[in-house]
Amino acid sequence: MEAITLMAPELLLAGQTIFVVLMSLLVKGEKQADVMRWIAIAMLVAFALISYVLGRPQGTSFNGLLIVDDFGHYSKLVIGLTAALALVFMRPYFKTEGLDRFEFSVLMIYAVLGMSIMVSANNLLSLYIGLEMQALSLYVMAAFNRDSLRASEAGLKYFVLGALSSGLLLYGASLIYGFTGHLDFAGIASSIETEGVNIGIIGGTVFMMCGLAFKISAAPFHMWTPDVYEGAPTPVTGFFASAPKFAAMALIARLLFGPLEDVFNQWQQVVAALAFVSMFIGAVGALNQRNIKRLMAYSSIANMGYALVPLAAGTLFGVKGMLIFMTIYVVTSVGVFAAILQMRIRNGMVEQISDLSGLSQTNRSLALVMTAFFFSLAGIPPLLGFFGKLFAFWPAVDAGLIWLVVSALIASVIGAFYYLRVIKTIWFDEPSQEFVDAPASLRWITTGSALVLVLLVALPFLTFPLQGLIDSAAAALF
Amino acid sequence: MFSNLPILPALVAIPLIGALFLAFVSWLTREEGREQTEKNAPRTALLVSLIVLLLSIVLVIDFDPSNPDFQFMDQAPWLGGGIDFRMGVDGISVLFILLTAFLTPLCILASETSIKTRKADYMIAFLLLESLMIGVFCSIDLVLFYIFFEAVLIPMFIIIGVWGGANRVYASYKFFLYTLLGSVLMLAAILWLYSQSGVQFGEPTTDMTVLKDLDIPGNVQAWLWLAFFASFAVKMPMWPVHTWLPDAHVQAPTAGSVILAGILLKLGGYGFLRFSLPYFPEASVQFAPLVFALSIIAIVYTSLVAYRQTDMKKLIAYSSVAHMGFVTMGIFTFNLQGIQGGIFQMISHGLVSGALFFCVGVVYDRMHTREIAFYGGLVKRMPMFAAFFLLFTMANVGLPGTSGFIGEILTMIGAYQVSPWIAAGAALGMIFSAMYALHLYRETIFGEQVNEKLDVITDVTPREWFILAILAFFTILLGLYPSLVTDVTEASVQQLISEFQAETAAPVAAEVN
Repeated sequence: MEAITLMAPELLLAGQTIFVVLMSLLVKGEKQADVMRWIAIAMLVAFALISYVLGRPQGTSFNGLLIVDDFGHYSKLVIGLTAALALVFMRPYFKTEGLDRFEFSVLMIYAVLGMSIMVSANNLLSLYIGLEMQALSLYVMAAFNRDSLRASEAGLKYFVLGALSSGLLLYGASLIYGFTGHLDFAGIASSIETEGVNIGIIGGTVFMMCGLAFKISAAPFHMWTPDVYEGAPTPVTGFFASAPKFAAMALIARLLFGPLEDVFNQWQQVVAALAFVSMFIGAVGALNQRNIKRLMAYSSIANMGYALVPLAAGTLFGVKGMLIFMTIYVVTSVGVFAAILQMRIRNGMVEQISDLSGLSQTNRSLALVMTAFFFSLAGIPPLLGFFGKLFAFWPAVDAGLIWLVVSALIASVIGAFYYLRVIKTIWFDEPSQEFVDAPASLRWITTGSALVLVLLVALPFLTFPLQGLIDSAAAALF
Repeated sequence: MFSNLPILPALVAIPLIGALFLAFVSWLTREEGREQTEKNAPRTALLVSLIVLLLSIVLVIDFDPSNPDFQFMDQAPWLGGGIDFRMGVDGISVLFILLTAFLTPLCILASETSIKTRKADYMIAFLLLESLMIGVFCSIDLVLFYIFFEAVLIPMFIIIGVWGGANRVYASYKFFLYTLLGSVLMLAAILWLYSQSGVQFGEPTTDMTVLKDLDIPGNVQAWLWLAFFASFAVKMPMWPVHTWLPDAHVQAPTAGSVILAGILLKLGGYGFLRFSLPYFPEASVQFAPLVFALSIIAIVYTSLVAYRQTDMKKLIAYSSVAHMGFVTMGIFTFNLQGIQGGIFQMISHGLVSGALFFCVGVVYDRMHTREIAFYGGLVKRMPMFAAFFLLFTMANVGLPGTSGFIGEILTMIGAYQVSPWIAAGAALGMIFSAMYALHLYRETIFGEQVNEKLDVITDVTPREWFILAILAFFTILLGLYPSLVTDVTEASVQQLISEFQAETAAPVAAEVN
């Protein structure tokens, strides 16, 4: 019984996939995809909340392969809700593009199941299984529009590079296993603690970090990101930019602060270097982008760089800062992509930044929320993006990584330039074309996330409970 | 009498609520009602800003000038971890709040006719700007201060970019990125202070009144001072990081220029007084020669640059840089006259340069050009305007009897006590300022009217007369009766100086022992 309570979120999703596949035999016709989607959305919300409903059970399950703690609960909360929102905003797009097939919901559930295993991995094997389960679903999602050349290219690129990164990760894992003789995290940690750090473990750590850097698209392993972001169907890109990033980041934290805790002196340099390179590649690479999806790809590279800054501090506050930053980043990503999905003219979607010109005169509310998103991404107070950076950089200052913080701040000024270009296009340029009315669900998502960015800081009674959740999540790793 | 009411949060909130209200109405308006909304928006905004003005007058009346500490304190839990919502005013900040509340209604009044498109949006941006600027002067929490300080960029960026001149996009980018780069360096320093306060006090805090007691080692102090300096010097702006200002001024709409010159530039000087001196006294002493050098260069060099300008607004923009040189010079003398003069100069410059930008706006609205060569002989067509323009030009030069004189003479007295050479350099700047200001006046107002297009130009309208007359009244009033300002600021400045001297003298005393 206890095992069921501990595994409840994963069991829920696993059972759901079987259920949905069986249901697809019974429900046929036009409604099929819709029914499956709503079931999937309900299940994802349930998945996100169930651990909190069950009173946040703690422990290990599946013979110690999975660990259930507050860190995992919080990550699942964010991942589940984001995935559910992603399914909601995918609906209008898939309907109009004629892609509305129920298999997508199944893929989504598999992906989330993979992420769920990732964030609660307690063993190198379960880590790898979770990662691959997620990645395989994502490859298919990227190429879901199989008749589109760009989408197939994106899927293929993602697959080839993803497979390469998995190889690196697996090689690193095998080194660590070889030098410590353990697969489970606790065993690895105690082995390193007693026998000290040797070259094999360092090599293994570096290889694993390379593989994971692929997953979060941190430079210099970012090459796939702009192409995949541009090629994949827009709502899928929006999903890529949110939940999987959070899951991979959480996995990195889990790995670095769990089994590899005593390798801190070595991995700190790796993480700091990844952060530094990502921030600048992300900031400079976006300067010349005209496509808003490619812009967001570089923006996510830069943001992953910022998210790695607090991890490099190696402290409890660092993990907390990372969680706060990633949560805010996920909210922004979902909002921005829901807004991009609203950029629909009569004969199709548009993706160029110049298509936004004069939006402040043709569609005020969309213009205002876009402005909020991009000022928030640029880290301008009083928007929430600023607080994300504040809490992300403070632990690094605490840990004496002033050089990293100063470079992060300078990178964010460079980044501000291209965010400003979007705002400039919206406000300063003359209107070019009107978008057709967007479905209400998209409008609600954009407005909702924009309001979160604008208001959350002003409403301490809302931020305090959330901070409590994040505090306990971060504390669970120590 | 009102000190138990949350008057400071109200000052910040009222314009914000006004802006939200306008945004809401504008959102509700359909196509057919658009004209009506556009017409009513400036009136609503004016009403809101008048309420703020009234409230700030109450604040100043109720303010106790003999108390050097923060008054009207308000505190509420906010982000946790020592970062709380803290507001309060002392003698240094209270007059800036009044200045903001005073200039905003005038700007709104002036914009009602000069802004043609998207008036409602313009008024929303202006009220937001007012709220944020007042917020900067009210905050006594470092993070809250930073938020207001930087958030000001958002509405100003939009104001320059949407309603600006031909080259507005370039100017707005330059304005935004220059100031942002300065600010983020300050943010790094703020993070350091916050983290250090956790080490020294046991619990981290961003309370500005507490952080003053932080013990910062000398070499770190120098770095932090430079980080704060980067931000304030750009805002100020000091030579050589002043180049964004002429662009921003020239492209911004009239009221935007007024607020930019009147308030936004003061954020830099205010920051020096609030942070650089009390937090990093040793570094301030160490870097004072640098500040003096930059100030004198600014005063002399930008005055000469101003003389060669062909655009009226650009000329006044460069003269602003020169006048801000007096402010930085005064502040870093660390004596009562110098700092009092610096504050006085900031307030006076807020009135005078604001008025000069209004004057340029008056002719620009009629002729749609700011070329000095275009004008000439205006005195025959616009006698009333010529009189006002003369007064403000003289105030800009620093003629005794106008507010400009008091600020310049006080800062120079302060500077003389440090080194006569500095005062001599500044005095040279005063001569140059007469040169460019009189040049501008002669070229536009006097001489023969050669340009036939000027035949149709009309004198000031009652609205413009009203705006200029109010500014003229206060320019003369402060010139004749400066203790209106200095009495309010004296106690706080005195305390600032005594604390400063205690901290800078302490290491010397320790060495002697």
